[in-house]
Amino acid sequence: MSVAEKVLDQYSSRVYKNRKTHIVEINNNENENQIAANVRTIPGIMTQRGCCYAGCKGVVLGPIKDALQIVHGPIGCSYYAWGTRRHKGKNAEGVDNYLQYSFSTDMQEPDVVFGGEKKLKKAIDEAMELFHPSTIMICSTCPVGLIGDDIHAVAKWAEEKHNIKCIAFSCEGYKGVSQSAGHHIANNQLMKFIIGEGDRKIESKFSVNILGEYNIGGDGWETERILKRIGYEVVSVFTGDSSIEDLKNAHQANLSLVQCHRSINYIAEMIETKYGVPWMKVNFIGVKGTIETLRNIAKYFDNEELTKRTEEVIADELEKIIDDIEYYKTKLKGKTAALYVGGSRSHHYQTLLHDFGVSTVLAGYEFAHRDEYEGREILPFVKEDADSKNIESISVEPDPEKYHLYLQKEVLEKLRDEKLLSYYGGMAKEMEAGTYMVDDLNHFETEEFLKLLKPDIFFSGIKDKFVAQKSGILSRQLHSYDYSGPYSGFRGAVNFARDITMGIYTPAWSFIKAPWKTAPILTGTLGGEQAC
Amino acid sequence: MLDYTKKESYDRTALRVNPAKTCQPVGAMYAALGVHECLPHSHGSQGCCAFHRMFLTRHFKDPAMASSSSFTEGASVFGGGSNLKTAAKNIFDIYNPRIIAVHTTCLSETIGDDLNSFIQDIDIPEGKFMVHTNTPSYKGSHITGFSNMVDGFIKYLSVSTGKKNGKVTLIPGFTNPGDMREMKRLASTMGVSYTMLPDTSGVMDSPMTGKFEMYPKGGTTVEEIIELGDSNLTLALGKFASELGAQTLKKKCGVPCKTLGLPIGIEKTDEYIMELQAYSQQEVPYELEEERGQLVDVLIDIHPYTYNKKVAIFGDPDTVLGMTQFVLEMGMIPKYIVTGTPGDDFEKEAAELFTKFGVDGCIARAAGDLYQLHQWIKQEGVDLLIGGTHGKHIARAEDIPFVRAGFPIIDRYIHSYMPLVGYKGAMRLAELITNAIMDRQDRDCKEEDFEMVM
Repeated sequence: MSVAEKVLDQYSSRVYKNRKTHIVEINNNENENQIAANVRTIPGIMTQRGCCYAGCKGVVLGPIKDALQIVHGPIGCSYYAWGTRRHKGKNAEGVDNYLQYSFSTDMQEPDVVFGGEKKLKKAIDEAMELFHPSTIMICSTCPVGLIGDDIHAVAKWAEEKHNIKCIAFSCEGYKGVSQSAGHHIANNQLMKFIIGEGDRKIESKFSVNILGEYNIGGDGWETERILKRIGYEVVSVFTGDSSIEDLKNAHQANLSLVQCHRSINYIAEMIETKYGVPWMKVNFIGVKGTIETLRNIAKYFDNEELTKRTEEVIADELEKIIDDIEYYKTKLKGKTAALYVGGSRSHHYQTLLHDFGVSTVLAGYEFAHRDEYEGREILPFVKEDADSKNIESISVEPDPEKYHLYLQKEVLEKLRDEKLLSYYGGMAKEMEAGTYMVDDLNHFETEEFLKLLKPDIFFSGIKDKFVAQKSGILSRQLHSYDYSGPYSGFRGAVNFARDITMGIYTPAWSFIKAPWKTAPILTGTLGGEQAC
Repeated sequence: MLDYTKKESYDRTALRVNPAKTCQPVGAMYAALGVHECLPHSHGSQGCCAFHRMFLTRHFKDPAMASSSSFTEGASVFGGGSNLKTAAKNIFDIYNPRIIAVHTTCLSETIGDDLNSFIQDIDIPEGKFMVHTNTPSYKGSHITGFSNMVDGFIKYLSVSTGKKNGKVTLIPGFTNPGDMREMKRLASTMGVSYTMLPDTSGVMDSPMTGKFEMYPKGGTTVEEIIELGDSNLTLALGKFASELGAQTLKKKCGVPCKTLGLPIGIEKTDEYIMELQAYSQQEVPYELEEERGQLVDVLIDIHPYTYNKKVAIFGDPDTVLGMTQFVLEMGMIPKYIVTGTPGDDFEKEAAELFTKFGVDGCIARAAGDLYQLHQWIKQEGVDLLIGGTHGKHIARAEDIPFVRAGFPIIDRYIHSYMPLVGYKGAMRLAELITNAIMDRQDRDCKEEDFEMVM
């Protein structure tokens, strides 16, 4: 019986039938690694998934530092998104920074009974008087949709009354089946109301957007540092340490770099359609990943000087870290890992682990879609189901004035054919035969797979961490990086290796068993017989 | 740090900024984790459950298990009955708890799901239990949710057989496992047999054994909850978190009850001991007299560092009131005390404390937030800030020594193992306070004033 069968076998037939389609043994199956993903969670299964609100406000909007984000709902949703995701933001001249604040309408029973629009308007008035923001965002939570508060009308009202930008996001927690719906909702509104409005002067033709980079633990800064060293101009980052003004100018770049495909591919595609800016899937996680990415970008811009500079920077950065990399390789080589993260890192971190000789035995996503597992080529075959149908899908047309192409159409086509542009191959292709890919891994499966596969490290989130560690397996968080980081780029690779090395070699692991559990209780004889 | 917080007072009625509370269900989840072999279940969309598990895990650095009904948009419109039914089946099948404790969210409350009838229709396996409470997030706070869940257990399970069992029911309030252990130790030392509900010791502070236990050793057992109906007395520790359950047990099973403050500081611990003594009719053992005497000794020793120091305290109402009284006992001035949890009793009881200890110009606010507290501090500063992690920005912005005490503390370790209650807890709190003040003196004083002995 395969490991997957041993796990599945313990389910009732109904659950078995469902979960079977979410567990794939790589290349050992008849349907080409096809997986079920982005479908509703089984009630009571103990999923690690969050909600639409978390995907919208927590993930995509949260890092935008100068938009004052009011969560319209009871207090919890706003409270839990307060400082808990480590999207870092620096204070900058002339740009507000509200990252240390949590704003809510703190809905009470009368607001649910009589509607909360009045309180929301009052909250906006108060926010204006106390904070004078240039942009306000309103994020709705579960009850808002149910009681019928029209937050979009309130946003319009606020724009007129206060002469600001005000955008509403209908990201009620019950929409879709996971955080993923929230990404889509955030993408739509940013596309409709922000992107394309800027007219900042772009200095360099080597201008890029970094999409789907939330600057957790400073990841975005490390990525930017490398790009700037080579000579790129970073127009916008979606949305780590970003300002509204940055985002407004995204359409002016000549290339979009997509780090997290799941959360931002909507915007990447729409910017391309509307403004002619192509997108490239990149991976700044891992040394080899970063090098390959930098070379791919250089290939797109196709400039001799830039290509030369790219190689110089790669060589220089490598030289600075090579001793550390070699050292940590001696500590980590041969170890195994299981990864269970949101919608992107489970793939990217395999590259980084590989740099240190760590192999992956299982990887899964909470809320990725089939394209993150199987690659974008399966997109035409993905069926929308009833649970996600109500998530608005918007379409855009080429902008008559702002549409621009950096490369000739034919060259672009060629790069597309080479899968350098507009393509993401997904996770499955890079996993070894016989390893496991699991979608929406629940608590039961986590415990069972860990027992059967016995990885040295389990990379997951806070809810899993102590479960794994109690059973004696090191667990490092790949959402919060256990308050460390950055993990991206060249320097990040060293930080990452340092962190897992100290985890594996922590002396306390050797004390789990008390000495009296193995030592004889008494020496001598007991009742005439030898004790123990 | 917090650059936009204005000094000038401003009367907000709609915008909540940097809350000093969170919502009901997490309190219910915590209470349910204090029942042995219980799986808390969140009847709503799954984001709440994820957030609440995260909150508890970050505070305790331990697993916090719970399941969710995982509402979709369809269920939100047509009701979550079938979600709960499916969930119950899966939970009993896969996770095999003895009892499922269901709480609700603003979603299932707004749509009006009738949990009573849902649960009646569910096929619960022999010997297993399923209870529920309603925890609408738009009312009260996490403390209300805790109180409601305790109430739910009693409503569903406790019965009176008509024969008293000689035990005291202890409802320990929204406190750490370290506190619950200390309250139990004091009761044992007083020779009182008791049942504590809920009891997260052994659950949220479980040891490392190399084996993950879905249902750790700790927690009140279902049988113990059933037998609460036969107890002779209930002591509800903390009015906000514990009184409701005690009153329900009185109404349902005729168990008399007394509400006390959380036993933080000297007098509140004295009251707890005296109540235990009144019940046991036994001498207070020397052991406790010695502890109390040590605490008083310490307070006299440290008074030069604490006397007349101004303190701001925020957090949950029962805890804040307890700590307020203790700092007053230390000769400090609780300049501002804030809870996010609504309720008139908080301000009333605080005012009584101010009068009793003869301090002027102190402000107490229920349903307040940290933005407002920060404004007050800007208007007139304090020497010390006491509260959970969310105060660290104010402490840094205003350069105030900061003692972490209460919920949640997500940026420090070990705290949840250590009590704040009892004489021992008071001594620990006194140490934390004095160390914070003295560390600051060491950091800030002129080099020539740097003292070897303090």
